[in-house]
Amino acid sequence: MAVKPRIKLDKKEAKKGDLVEVKALVAHIMESGQRRDGKGEVIPRKILNKFEATVNGKPVFSAEFEPAIAANPYIQFKFKATESGPVVLTWTDDDGTKIVGEEKITVN
Amino acid sequence: MSCGLDRRQVLAFGGGALAVAAFGFSVGPANAANDAAELIAKFTGGKQATTGKVKLDLPEIAENGNTVPMTFSVESPMTESSYVSEVLVVADENPRGGIAHFHFSPASGVAEANTRIRLAKTQNIIAVAKMNDGSFFTATKQVKVTIGGCGG
Repeated sequence: MAVKPRIKLDKKEAKKGDLVEVKALVAHIMESGQRRDGKGEVIPRKILNKFEATVNGKPVFSAEFEPAIAANPYIQFKFKATESGPVVLTWTDDDGTKIVGEEKITVN
Repeated sequence: MSCGLDRRQVLAFGGGALAVAAFGFSVGPANAANDAAELIAKFTGGKQATTGKVKLDLPEIAENGNTVPMTFSVESPMTESSYVSEVLVVADENPRGGIAHFHFSPASGVAEANTRIRLAKTQNIIAVAKMNDGSFFTATKQVKVTIGGCGG
């Protein structure tokens, strides 16, 4: 199932050195591995455990998530505009699949 | 959302808690509800983190522990010579202590982030920031949780 993350940059064009704010939301159950089903069996953990952001191929921000991150994880961070290029956000699932979203930033 | 705990399990859990209460003195460090303290010790390599520079923003009272907004920011010029490299966020009363571990660089421009977390009950959230020079700064904030985000 291809999940499409929702990504929003606070500006499409920035001056060199400006801070650009990124807001991203992705639909995911973030099953904690602590809950039990009706039969009393543990529902296996399934979360997005890693998040990485690159701008024009260069890493600007990343995070490792634990089950204490709420379902449909939301993340907001900033980066310093230095060059134009794609802003690529990647989430990695426990099962190894990746969810990738992309926006563009133009730096004048 | 159901917590997935039926009456029988609640009773079993109560029994377990009694057993722990009875033999509690023999179990690990005092009052350690989860591995939060160990996670911080591992992160800092045993170094003492200084209170300050870190601003942790959470609601005083969270009605729903399933999704609690959490923002932090760390004072730093974020230049090549002085920047925040990592921030660890833990909770001291969740089933497991870890919440998230963030990585920054001078390319981040500013060391701040916002996400939404799960809190099982009223507890302290602790953020520890690691500077590129190897020093550590910390902040703690208590959140009162009305309805726990079970399994957090």
